[in-house]
Amino acid sequence: MPHISLESHLPGITGLLEYSKETAQPIRELTQFLLRGPSSLTETERELIATVVSHGNECVFCTTAHTAAADLLAGETQTAQKVKENISTAPVSEKMKALLTIAALTRQSGKSVTAEHIEEAKVAGATDVEIHDTVLIASLFCLYNRYVDGLGTALPENPAYYLTLADRLVNHGYTRLPNGYDHLKK
Amino acid sequence: MAHINVPEGVPGIRSLVMFRPETGKYLYDLAEVLLRGESPLSQAERELIAAYVSKRNDCFFCMSSHAAAARCLYNDDEKIVDDVLNDMETAGISSKMKALLNIAGKVQILGKEVSSEDIELAKDEGATDKELHDTVLIAAAFCMFNRYVDGLASSTPTDPEAYKEMGKRMVQGYNLPVQQ
Repeated sequence: MPHISLESHLPGITGLLEYSKETAQPIRELTQFLLRGPSSLTETERELIATVVSHGNECVFCTTAHTAAADLLAGETQTAQKVKENISTAPVSEKMKALLTIAALTRQSGKSVTAEHIEEAKVAGATDVEIHDTVLIASLFCLYNRYVDGLGTALPENPAYYLTLADRLVNHGYTRLPNGYDHLKK
Repeated sequence: MAHINVPEGVPGIRSLVMFRPETGKYLYDLAEVLLRGESPLSQAERELIAAYVSKRNDCFFCMSSHAAAARCLYNDDEKIVDDVLNDMETAGISSKMKALLNIAGKVQILGKEVSSEDIELAKDEGATDKELHDTVLIAAAFCMFNRYVDGLASSTPTDPEAYKEMGKRMVQGYNLPVQQ
């Protein structure tokens, strides 16, 4: 049971964003821009960053949700799985390996990211904006993961929930649904 | 030197949001609503949670600037801020505030570190759902801000005077700095 009273039909992050809409607004807009806005990183690549960080933070809800979103965007399930297992041997570009490594280090602590890690990413072709966005996405998921688990939110009863959620994240995005979430009530 | 090409001579998060105002505006909106918006916790208490978490994340810039803002807001009781940063348990704050800071400290480690006992303890001291929510979200948000500021190695002033000025400005609100 969650640590505070939340709508029972909204597991994970959604119940929290509906509980506090004022704080949810900038969080949603930031996420929409970072993961869906104009970027030289693909939406799949940005979801992989979210997945790796959520996995490292042991946040089951966020890891499952963003893995499902990355899978749906990529049209396959291998890459997200392999990236969670081992970044250095995963089937992604050298640039993405360097960026995912920076994301994993950011998750530990900002101070863990050294000039050498940044240099490696730049040598692999990463731009300043790509490095910036990688660090900020990783940091943002350190917020989400702690928000979701720190208030003890519920996991969905039915695993199919994640497929519906992934479809919404891919085809609608991270902004609030115009008519809210009452349609999810059983 | 910062890891990316941010404006020179601008400290901390300000340099980062000037580099990327597209994301910066939402970060400042979040700080404003979390720390200055409506909450059952006072602005001073919220800045204290921010400074406490930033200290635990070893982020000198955020710790110093939010401690400075908290000192301004606590006014005559500004000593509370340094007492809490030295040893929260012996500081002259309410038992409820100690229970909330305990939760913020657990969130700093990892979300799942917060136990039902931690929550129960805070509720026994009178903490409401909204206070628990705001505490967890502020702590989680500073786990983001701290990593953003240090992960990109933004410049961190060492002179305490620089933070005094920042603290005064932060009390007025979190407004996106304009490009120079």
